[in-house]
Amino acid sequence: MTVNGQSRAGDVEPRTLLVHYLRDDLELTGTNIGCDTSSCGACTVHVGGESVKSCTMLAVQARGEDVTTIEGMATNGELHPMQQAFMECHGLQCGYCTPGMIMAATSLLAENPNPTEAEVREGLEGNLCRCTGYHNIVKAVLQAADGGTNGGAS
Amino acid sequence: MIPATFDYVEAESADAALAALAQHGDEAKLMAGGHSLIPLMRFRLATPGVIVDIGRLSDLSYINDGGDHIAIGALTRHMAVETSDLLTTEVPLLAHVASQVGDPSVRHRGTIGGSIAHGDPASDLPAALLALQGSVVVKGPGGERVIPAGELFTGFLETAVGPDEMITEVRVPKVPGAGWSYQKFNRRAQDWAIVGCAAVANGSTTVSLVNMGPTPILASAVNDALASGADVDAASAVAAQGTEPPEDLNGDVEYRTALAQVLVKRALTEASGG
Amino acid sequence: MTVMGTPRLRKEDPKLLTGEGKYVDDLQVPGQLWMGMVRSPMAHARINGIDTSAAEAADGVHAVYTGAQLNDMGLWAAPLPCAWPVTPDMVNPPHYPAATDEVHHVGEIVAVVLADSRYGAADAAELVDVDYEPLPAVASIEAARDGSATAHSDLESNKAYHWPLIPDPDALEAAFANATHTVKAEFVQQRLIPSAMEPRGVLAIPSPAGGDLTLYSATQVPHILKVMIAATTGLPEGKLRIVAPAVGGGFGAKLNINPDEILAATLANKLSRPVRWTESRSEAAFSTHQGRGQIQTIELAADADGKLLGCRVHLDADMGAYMMLITPGVPLLGSFLYTGVYAVPAFGFTCDGYFTNLTPTDAYRGAGRPEASYAIERAMDLLAGEVGVGPDEIRRRNYLGGGEHFENLETPATLVFDSGNYGPNLDAALEMAGYADLRAEQQARRDAGSSTQLGIGLCTYVEICGLAPSRALGGLNYGAGGWEHAVVRFLPTGKVEVVSGSTPHGQGHETSWSMIVADKLGVDPDDVTVLHSDTAISPLGLDTYGSRSLAVGGVAIAMACDKVIDKAKEIAAHQLEANPDDLEFDAGSFTVKGSPDKTMPIQSVAFGAFTAHDLPDDMEPNLQEQVTFDPPNFAFPFGTHVAVVEVDEETGRVDLIDYIAIDDCGNQVNPLIVEGQVHGGIVQGVAQALWEGAAYDEDGNCKNPSFLDYLVPSPTEVPSMKLGFTTTPSTSNPLGVKGVGEAGTIGSAAAVINAVCDALSPHGIKDLPMPATPAVVWKAIQSSKNGGQS
Repeated sequence: MTVNGQSRAGDVEPRTLLVHYLRDDLELTGTNIGCDTSSCGACTVHVGGESVKSCTMLAVQARGEDVTTIEGMATNGELHPMQQAFMECHGLQCGYCTPGMIMAATSLLAENPNPTEAEVREGLEGNLCRCTGYHNIVKAVLQAADGGTNGGAS
Repeated sequence: MIPATFDYVEAESADAALAALAQHGDEAKLMAGGHSLIPLMRFRLATPGVIVDIGRLSDLSYINDGGDHIAIGALTRHMAVETSDLLTTEVPLLAHVASQVGDPSVRHRGTIGGSIAHGDPASDLPAALLALQGSVVVKGPGGERVIPAGELFTGFLETAVGPDEMITEVRVPKVPGAGWSYQKFNRRAQDWAIVGCAAVANGSTTVSLVNMGPTPILASAVNDALASGADVDAASAVAAQGTEPPEDLNGDVEYRTALAQVLVKRALTEASGG
Repeated sequence: MTVMGTPRLRKEDPKLLTGEGKYVDDLQVPGQLWMGMVRSPMAHARINGIDTSAAEAADGVHAVYTGAQLNDMGLWAAPLPCAWPVTPDMVNPPHYPAATDEVHHVGEIVAVVLADSRYGAADAAELVDVDYEPLPAVASIEAARDGSATAHSDLESNKAYHWPLIPDPDALEAAFANATHTVKAEFVQQRLIPSAMEPRGVLAIPSPAGGDLTLYSATQVPHILKVMIAATTGLPEGKLRIVAPAVGGGFGAKLNINPDEILAATLANKLSRPVRWTESRSEAAFSTHQGRGQIQTIELAADADGKLLGCRVHLDADMGAYMMLITPGVPLLGSFLYTGVYAVPAFGFTCDGYFTNLTPTDAYRGAGRPEASYAIERAMDLLAGEVGVGPDEIRRRNYLGGGEHFENLETPATLVFDSGNYGPNLDAALEMAGYADLRAEQQARRDAGSSTQLGIGLCTYVEICGLAPSRALGGLNYGAGGWEHAVVRFLPTGKVEVVSGSTPHGQGHETSWSMIVADKLGVDPDDVTVLHSDTAISPLGLDTYGSRSLAVGGVAIAMACDKVIDKAKEIAAHQLEANPDDLEFDAGSFTVKGSPDKTMPIQSVAFGAFTAHDLPDDMEPNLQEQVTFDPPNFAFPFGTHVAVVEVDEETGRVDLIDYIAIDDCGNQVNPLIVEGQVHGGIVQGVAQALWEGAAYDEDGNCKNPSFLDYLVPSPTEVPSMKLGFTTTPSTSNPLGVKGVGEAGTIGSAAAVINAVCDALSPHGIKDLPMPATPAVVWKAIQSSKNGGQS
């Protein structure tokens, strides 16, 4: 598979979850694990440009796919506009849900560049945060959309 | 939570998948998007010896105009169903119900065939298929057969699809001008319905229920009452007749019965343009 | 320069935004062994035997130890600690990292496997075969009170302690005897699963040659953990280093001393290999303590005008199976707040702690104070109904200080509130909410017979922050002090390094501490580096809980800055050949009064202190000072929250459609962070009111351990919130700050349930249990229609 633009190959047990392959084999630990029931979205990455919960996908299912993780979002040291908006709006506290939120939010804007507040909330319904009460996360996504960045999902 | 070990077969065609099923028998399990199966495997509630991955059969991902019906490849993702212009025009209920499955990340991977084959009584799409009186095309060693939605769901997480068969296509009749409604009641948007109700009014009215029994079900008492000329109030009053609602933290039989009545009433009202 | 009080983006964010933040599970070390925990599926059972042979034979398994074997290996010097024996006769059954002969809650560890991979450990744990003999389980407070079964076979009763706080019993009796109005209510504080997004995890790395051990843990309390690991294992404290790397939220759930931490430390030390474990989410319902778990009885006595005469409270508190670090003390933290923001002449509080065969309870965001706030604020609404006035009016009539500004006011619960000004705070909240318009809209819907009713709920809360004056803790028999430590030093390059004993897990300490230092020393906040959360770097500290970081740890930093300035002034005076008293310090420079050209930036002073070429006689080189601040009093933030809900009477569904909060946390350092804390806190309290609650069957099995069934709300369930602030500086510290980490949670559950009950008041419904699920609300409505009690 291609991960953040780099071709990666390796042998894994078939049962290896994509999130464990990314974290343990490729040492891309920015993608987090927050639950075991596909509920929290902390593990969200892009597969083929779309948000996917990497705890609910086998690594073998991603063979040949184009995968982007949070480590692939900033370019040349510049934060992605969504990352920048999260920072400016204080859309993160402990930061654990943040990579998944960023990946879900960029995927959302790729599909719906000008969402309403309600559409942002629905678009992030599969991502849980315990710190922010979502207020500033929603604000950040709306700001990123307003900035005309449209998520720039890879 | 980590799945138990299994052998993995990546099918390159539907025939290859069927061959793998035939070879491995009860040990084998088809996996499409994996969004019904992997969660069960992580809790080791499912421990298949062989996974036959059909997720890459891109020739089974399509939404085609079949004349009087729309044909949807079994591997079509929920997001594709949700955003299909053809479905939005011809079978708007189905596109809408697809948008109610899980959350966007789940809908990017989960497939219509996988969801229907899983047959979860709390799941959204089977209810839509029932209300639309659709069908599935099943391929097996003996060739293809069509199973009407009303005969598909046979028991808790059991369907009429044989262990050596796979769903290849979902068919729903075109109902472009029909009234329709999907009432999903849950406590958190990403969750399964506590109770749900799909209704299609296209001359006659067909109503189905989510999570009111061990399988996805038609609201038969409601449908019969409507056929006999009952009004919305009278028809919704019998919403739970003949059902076996589950009891869990979200509600007991009494509450689900009441919810079914309210949701059927709302669905009938919306579907009839009221 | 004023940096404090203005919003400032966080220093912490770039790392966290790019995935570079390293949480415990992100750390990879060669040679590591993964622990797989074998956990009891039964709440109460005798262990008749454990067969580990299949697990031992599995590929990649290094060792398997049963609880009994671990015991025989002599790894424990003492049981897991309880630091708060609230009474001299408190019952405290021994609690070791793994059970030996009897298990006392589902999920208690009975054996541990060590395997060379994450997956291998999970596989091997499943292969351990345990023969359990079931014993009767005590699965609720009611069952514990009943006592026909005991949670521990060798105990005769489930009662752990009885704790009274009745300053004047006669006055209390008289208050109720003389009352015109009385209300009595019972509220249940359901158990909550804290659910920090990062599950707990631990990684112990031994250094075999020197006997050193470094333990990485997802903890709020590395300093306390260090002491307690030493005490529990006998490992020399001087050889231990505890690191809390990036920690993904805590909310109290990460302030304990856990079996997994002790197992990792001792097994790494014994096996001379790194040993690690990461909790899975569904495991967390058993492996991490839970919050709340109380049955509260509250009685209010009031005169004809609704002015309070007395308040009497009794709690039955669920300890769970064991006393963890501060399990028995959590209800006591709330005990002093059951009179809320009100002038109550007579007060009495008693608490009985009970053992059950459930996961132990301990601190969860607010720890005792949300419970207290809930009880008094719900009871005030009931009193308003009795007296026949509105919920705003009943509060106004009873505010301490007459609703006007006060300082250092003694309360009937024996505290001295630092400052308050409740009337204007309520006014601001009602205005922002558009209270009069909401009431009109509510009436219009009622008149129209709408099936979607509107409810408006108020809560004026007060909380105790700035834990804590050490003497006060001593008076409560708590096993430690409440001070915090800080070091502030100038580096030779003129940059500032701060070492804090506070240990953040999302609160943005690095940013806030930099702002305090920037203001004090006149430096750029970006020139300040904050070091923390590693006992090798920050050896002294009492960590982060109880909204204490700013009001204790932040104040310590400010005081250390003052000491740095004092020393720098001596050096500057020496070098400028002036009297120190003639120097002014402003914007980072010392200037001789009246001689603006005789000036010296503090960075130059710092370099001079580093070279030490020309210091006053007898002065030590370097510009570095430390302070250990022990606060003279707690701080008492307050605020008014308004919840607006819609209730669908046909389905029982409650939608929170608006939320207004006017908080007062004294002076603010970074308003951006303050608002974030309030937002998150509010949603946690709302979640208790509407969605969350650990549910158990009568055998003590948790019915909703995963995020599928334990409903942490998602973005779609909550609205954006409207926040405002009043500012009443604290008198408890020189910064005038109070603390805000728990405020939202303390105010919101009562506001929401008050709103739901308000919506349903035409049905005669006065109370609803939490969480007020659609089914619960629907049943209450049906019951009232049938003429039954709600």
